Amino acid sequence: MSNHEYPQIDFTDFQLDLDLSRRDLLKALGGGIVIFFCVGDGSILEAQRRSLPSDFNAFLRIGADGRVTCFTGKIEQGQGNATALAQMLAEEIDMPLDAVDMVMGDTALCPWDGGTWGSTSIRQFGPSLRAAAAEARHVLLELAAEQLNVPQARLAIENGLIYDREQKDRCVTCGALAQGKTIARRAGEKPAVKNPSEFKVMCKPCPQRNAVDKVTGKALYAGDVRLPGMLYARLLRPPAHGAKLQNVDTSAAEKMEGVTVVREGDLVAVLHADPDQANQALSRVRAEFTPSPSQLDNRTIFDHLVKNAGSGRTVAQGGDLEEGRQMAALVVEQTYLDGYKAHAAMETHTALAHVEGDKVTVWLATQTPFPAQDQLAKALGFDLGNVRVITPFVGGGFGGKGSANTQAIEAARLSRATGKPVQVCWTREEEFFFDAFRPAAVVTIRSGLTRDGKPAFWDYSVYAAGERGAAHFYDIPHHRTTSFGGAAHPFATGPWRAPANNTNCFARESQIDLMAAQARMDPLEFRLKNLKDQRAIRVLEAAAERFGWKPAPTPSGRGLGVAVGTDVGTWVAEIAEVQVDKRTGRVQVKRVVCAQDMGLCVNPQGAAIQVEGCITMGLGYALTEDIHFRNGMILDRNFDTYELPRFSAVPKIETVLLDRKDQPAHGGGEPAIILVGAVVANAIHDATGASLLQLPMTPERVRKAITAIV
Amino acid sequence: MAETIAFTLNDKPVRVTTDGQKPLLWVLRTDFGLTGTKPSCGQAHCGTCTVLVDNKAVRSCVYPVRNASGREVRTIEGLAQNGELHPLQKAFVAHDALQCGYCTPGMILTAYSLLLQNPEPTREEIVQGLDRNLCRCGAHTRIIDAIQAAAQAMKGGKVQ
Repeated sequence: MSNHEYPQIDFTDFQLDLDLSRRDLLKALGGGIVIFFCVGDGSILEAQRRSLPSDFNAFLRIGADGRVTCFTGKIEQGQGNATALAQMLAEEIDMPLDAVDMVMGDTALCPWDGGTWGSTSIRQFGPSLRAAAAEARHVLLELAAEQLNVPQARLAIENGLIYDREQKDRCVTCGALAQGKTIARRAGEKPAVKNPSEFKVMCKPCPQRNAVDKVTGKALYAGDVRLPGMLYARLLRPPAHGAKLQNVDTSAAEKMEGVTVVREGDLVAVLHADPDQANQALSRVRAEFTPSPSQLDNRTIFDHLVKNAGSGRTVAQGGDLEEGRQMAALVVEQTYLDGYKAHAAMETHTALAHVEGDKVTVWLATQTPFPAQDQLAKALGFDLGNVRVITPFVGGGFGGKGSANTQAIEAARLSRATGKPVQVCWTREEEFFFDAFRPAAVVTIRSGLTRDGKPAFWDYSVYAAGERGAAHFYDIPHHRTTSFGGAAHPFATGPWRAPANNTNCFARESQIDLMAAQARMDPLEFRLKNLKDQRAIRVLEAAAERFGWKPAPTPSGRGLGVAVGTDVGTWVAEIAEVQVDKRTGRVQVKRVVCAQDMGLCVNPQGAAIQVEGCITMGLGYALTEDIHFRNGMILDRNFDTYELPRFSAVPKIETVLLDRKDQPAHGGGEPAIILVGAVVANAIHDATGASLLQLPMTPERVRKAITAIV
Repeated sequence: MAETIAFTLNDKPVRVTTDGQKPLLWVLRTDFGLTGTKPSCGQAHCGTCTVLVDNKAVRSCVYPVRNASGREVRTIEGLAQNGELHPLQKAFVAHDALQCGYCTPGMILTAYSLLLQNPEPTREEIVQGLDRNLCRCGAHTRIIDAIQAAAQAMKGGKVQ
């Protein structure tokens, strides 16, 4: 994921008056042995310049209680990075996994981080954390050698205890080593990390941290934090995007006991110590809005996106398209459409803000606590150092809790206006209205085959989706991939789990199946024959083996589909089996096999869970999820019409993780979702001969596509 | 209009003076500080706010607190007994049947109610029983496994 796909956050307006010295930081951390280290390149140090000394951007601490704490600006939203990072730390420092604490996403305690998206926790932060933990282990051994008066080479470290190999009762616990002092070290350039053959914790299945808190109700999410005197706010919202407030009458709400009304420009809110009373107060606010200037709807949007596209950017090209066209005996041109999708995390956008004088603390459901800190400072005119964002448990994000953090700013403004802590917890209707949707998109592909069934050319244009996953990876001599942006969406759009790649894989892998059908070849064989990347080939072979694939040209009537793709460094192949009711158009996915090469896999159990989550979530965008809208109004406002995948939609899911411990770790939270649209479309085609060219593949669209064959 | 409503909450008698139409969800979260019961859709579509009333799963976001009068209400906080996790809670942990955890209390309490009515459900019966509960992370297959395992663990015994 490149940064330009995310909203740019402007740091330049800030005057920094807080420069925390290392000494102050160590004091704040409460002493012990502290290892500072650096993640990423110098630009990250530049970005964090305001609050910490500038030679590190991450640290861990071994306390006198023998516990080791990792401080990271990353956040846990259910994807399991807290578990895998703790495994990496425990492995390299040789301390028990249950002695590891993770402090995440607190701007006052953790070093700066750009946000948790793009599957970066393990593949980018992880290696630096491992190196720092290895360095910490080295420091521990040094200190122990001194205290025990034993040569360092004779020492062993096990479960938090360091002992003399030749006289095991000469030992000291890691916690006791600091002896009440504070010892700070900076991790060296490249401390040696363990070889995979030495792993005791990494690459072993590990259950998720904090599961007990989640099954007992103890886990606190942003909306669960309680402060004395806090108020619950409800805000007046426009009925449509682009509608402007003309007049408002809050007098009936003001008459209600205990209700506070706040008006600050367009911000109109009612607050009460009881959320139900706040709801009732809002229902008594009368307001008039101008109509939205937008005249688009979910049918006309596709023409709009193509007609208003700016100049395209060539993402990839090779050979000469004209020559390719000359070579081609069979040409197929298709246009693929994808509608807007909601993130629809079960926890809505929530914040509790407490302004005290010129300081604010915000408990926030966010993927980007540090950008939120900046946004809050800017909105309130507060010094950055006086803004603290705390990220408690986050009830799902999927890219949707990383952009504007609007609810934090609303809560903070209302807290400042009322002098009390204020919770803003969006209703489901607000969540659907203000979501930064996965963009609607159009892909057109012209491709050609030679007389003997070999790909001759590939001309691919994607509008509005984005570039991730747009470039194909097949062996095609003449090709061009162009990405067009530029057309305005009628509401906010943003990254949605594996941004752009879902749309691009749906189009590319559907078209590859059409080409296989034209060549009268088995679709798996057609792919294997025209791929060069060994990782792509291996995941396809692994999926086929687990599935028990028997070759046949498509459509075979069996309802089997195959697809392959790559995302965040990981290669993934999926095979699906579907049942199509040709009369109703209803599709039931029976079985999905997913083979994934994600390099070194820190927690195979966590990775399998992410694959299962990706496939299940992916069924929604493939089959049911579509945002309906008209003239700036979002018509899907709750789960009655916006249909998430249910238990009855979930197939048997089998995951094959390729053993690639020798390779760097790649992303795990996103790759398996990218193929779900494609693999289901291909399976429907295999079952019926109908080409599904638009997501989601609703019963109506499936029925129409089947009818269109005859 | 404010009225006083008495009911049993997690085995303890409680009283609350409030608007009887107020959804039980907000009474639990605000008046009793039991925040394990989660708001999400507000219209009984998703099941995250599920609690037990007389051992039946109800959607507390649309359940007027007045209707709980004289009844036994149980939330996720009241499922473990004497510090011991309920077999369903243990099974959810053992099967990693959760990701973000936001839908988890509602899933567990819906399953609890299901197992009371049908102690040995088939996989299909579990799917039907949970089909109106939404999970966005996609923990579904593991939730089904966990409920089957819990049903096994409780075989011959009572749910509680």
